[in-house]
Amino acid sequence: MTSSTTEAVAARARPEELWVKCPGCGQIAFRKEVERNLNVCPKCGHHLRLTLEQRLAVTLDPGSWRELFADLAPGDPLGFADAKPYPKRLEEARRKTGRLDAVSVGLGRIEGRALALAVMDFGFMGGSMGTVVGEKLSRLFERAAQARLPVVIFSTSGGARMQEGTLSLMQMAKVSCAIARLRERRLPYLSVLCDPTTGGVAASFAMQGDLNLAEPGALIGFAGRRVIEQTTHERLPENFQRAEFMLAHGMLDAIVPRHLMRSTLARLLVLLAPGRRRALAPTVLAGG
Amino acid sequence: MAAGAKRSAQSTGDAWERVKLARDPARPQTLDYINGLCQGFFELHGDRCFRDDPAIVAGLGYFGRQPVALVGHQRGHSTAERLKRNFGRPHPEGYRKAARLFELAERFGLPVITFIDTQGAEPGVGAEERGQAEAIARCLVLMARLEVPVVSCVVGEGGSGGALALGVANAILMLENACYSVITPEGCAAILWRESTPENVARAAGMLGLCAPELLRLAVVDEIVPEPGGGAQADPEAAVRLLGVVLRRHLARLARLGPQKLRRARQRKFAAMGVPFLLPGAVANSGPSG
Repeated sequence: MTSSTTEAVAARARPEELWVKCPGCGQIAFRKEVERNLNVCPKCGHHLRLTLEQRLAVTLDPGSWRELFADLAPGDPLGFADAKPYPKRLEEARRKTGRLDAVSVGLGRIEGRALALAVMDFGFMGGSMGTVVGEKLSRLFERAAQARLPVVIFSTSGGARMQEGTLSLMQMAKVSCAIARLRERRLPYLSVLCDPTTGGVAASFAMQGDLNLAEPGALIGFAGRRVIEQTTHERLPENFQRAEFMLAHGMLDAIVPRHLMRSTLARLLVLLAPGRRRALAPTVLAGG
Repeated sequence: MAAGAKRSAQSTGDAWERVKLARDPARPQTLDYINGLCQGFFELHGDRCFRDDPAIVAGLGYFGRQPVALVGHQRGHSTAERLKRNFGRPHPEGYRKAARLFELAERFGLPVITFIDTQGAEPGVGAEERGQAEAIARCLVLMARLEVPVVSCVVGEGGSGGALALGVANAILMLENACYSVITPEGCAAILWRESTPENVARAAGMLGLCAPELLRLAVVDEIVPEPGGGAQADPEAAVRLLGVVLRRHLARLARLGPQKLRRARQRKFAAMGVPFLLPGAVANSGPSG
């Protein structure tokens, strides 16, 4: 984990990447300044996408991350090949990201509170979910259930991974089963939907949180915008499927700006802390 | 995997033919199976939130002497019926109706039988506004928790999350000429080659491994249900009877399991999905314990 982080930092020291153009307002800003601002545009507040390493860094207490199951790698169950064979695509994604598939799972702390955490990597084949993403998330929920820990997932994904066919589809059900078990144990699961979260990931664990939170401006939906435009021949409003649109339609509990994410998660994890079910706070008892 | 590659190459030719067969409107659909296999079917309507979605049929009836809950996609046979039922593409309210049936089944201890036959959930503005993703996600986690027997039958086309929303079952049966896929061949071709020419679509169908024998090999389905000679559309009544025989056997087997065992067995079954295909060296999942 630490070695891949170092690599990622080293790879980024190229001159053309000293500056960043905000996809929100189109203005150019010094990358260092944007990064200091948690990759939120200092001019317009647009939330730029984070790499997995950046997400861990801005979310967890320093030094608290312990990654699990990092050695899991997918096979090629269908022998899938379009322009390139699937194993070749995987190899390219591995070189690019320094990891074996599109999610990292592990244990960490936020403001001192222990939790099980998963962060998806949109840079790895669009954050798509195949057998490895399903297995890692399933094991993480299982570990959390055993250790009585809350779970937080930062999702960013185009959906199920085509190259593993129907097995990818089944991972939606597999993770749902793991979440069902966590619910039986009355442990909280907070889902944070980041830009973008669509398709089979939105239609499974990303929308199954006890609370569903999102980052400002995140694209969230089931069907792709292009597909909807082609089927309905309608021009869609600019904010269609954005977090603000989803909040207004009742699909999210809250939109949380990035600089408040850590403190918000900590606060909610305290409110939903397991084991509180029977012991009411003294003030409530006195007031009743 | 070499074996996988070989098998995919072999099935490239007929996979697309099977998809076309699976979509044939003359094949028996959910209501034909329900009427052929169940007595005293009473259809239930509505999601109690927005409206009734005709793309999903739900209700109660008797399978033999056993009261059961029945849910399935209904594509429609005639043009008028297909329009009315949105070609079997449900809106969120369809999945919320299904969820209501699952809760009802749980409360009254009724085994659940589902019939899967949809190209996918409706992609549209209203569907997104009313939470298509959330509605499907809700069905998945709800089915995962049921303490009654659940059997799913893929009878036609099983298309992506909109199909799986009715498919978290103890036993998954698949008709010989049905298909079950993460994406339609058309959608896959559009992503891979930018255009869905007939050649591209046929090629995509071959690559997706969506036919019954392939899915049995991947342990996505438990049993392939034979169809009458020439396919289910050639003799719908025989097709309904053949499914009835297999369905009865699975329901009888599951009836012997207790509530918690049913739930746990279903969760274990899905926990194992895909595990044999992780690369060697990766430690196999111990599965849910306890």
